[in-house]
Amino acid sequence: MTGVWVVLATLALGLAIGVVRMLRDGRVRDRPGDRLTEASLGAPLGERATLLQFSTAFCQPCRATRRILADVSAVVPGVTHVEIDAESRLDLVRELDIMRTPTVLVLDGDGNIVKRASGQPRKQDVLAALAGAVPDPASHAPSHESDEK
Amino acid sequence: MRADPRALRFGAAITALVLALVLVTGSAWLLAAQAVVFACGALGRQPYGMLFKALVKSAPEETEDARPPRFAQVVGLVFAVVGLVGFLAEITPLALVATAAALLAAFLNAAFGFCLGCEMYLLVRRLLPAAKMEVSK
Repeated sequence: MTGVWVVLATLALGLAIGVVRMLRDGRVRDRPGDRLTEASLGAPLGERATLLQFSTAFCQPCRATRRILADVSAVVPGVTHVEIDAESRLDLVRELDIMRTPTVLVLDGDGNIVKRASGQPRKQDVLAALAGAVPDPASHAPSHESDEK
Repeated sequence: MRADPRALRFGAAITALVLALVLVTGSAWLLAAQAVVFACGALGRQPYGMLFKALVKSAPEETEDARPPRFAQVVGLVFAVVGLVGFLAEITPLALVATAAALLAAFLNAAFGFCLGCEMYLLVRRLLPAAKMEVSK
């Protein structure tokens, strides 16, 4: 009889975990944090923003996330997508407290962390996060003024 | 290597059913059989997945990387073996907890497509090298 209760308790726990995850997974949150440099990333930062993705080989949604972020960085000017293999950069993983893959950090032009998403983010959420966190390029439309920094 | 996500979900559902039966009946034999299934899955020949392929002929709309689910099968195998030790040594709490952990992972995969074993990978990796470094010091 104990076994039946264990099964029921396990399924209830599974349902609770699953529902909480569905609600929270991939949501882009405000998460102001450290500043990352090109040296610590090992890759150039985007002019306006960098989408920093942590991935592992054993990660199902990492591929779909890569596709979404590559799309966004192709469409939005000045935005670069950098993908880091979490296993080869465990120093960064610990420093930034990355618990899952994929984790996506949105960095502004100076490398400051402004947003964070654990799990596969939706494309429109990434676009919205970029629009909110980073100055709109339309307001700095290519003109002579863009030379001044 | 690529995997059919439908076959993975199907396999997870059967696995969850078998593990629930193990808990209800307390059958160490059934758990041993599931451990063999996990072992086959870890070697890339998941029997439930092969059953799905035999039943469903249509091609999947998209495929996914086969390595994460294979890693998850290894995790399942570890839990199943610990559960078996619990049953054989008559340490009932160990048997129940280990089997329940495997059931939880299989259920999350079947119901939500969420691979608990895959997600554990990074957490384990985060801990391991630090532990090694401390030993070497």
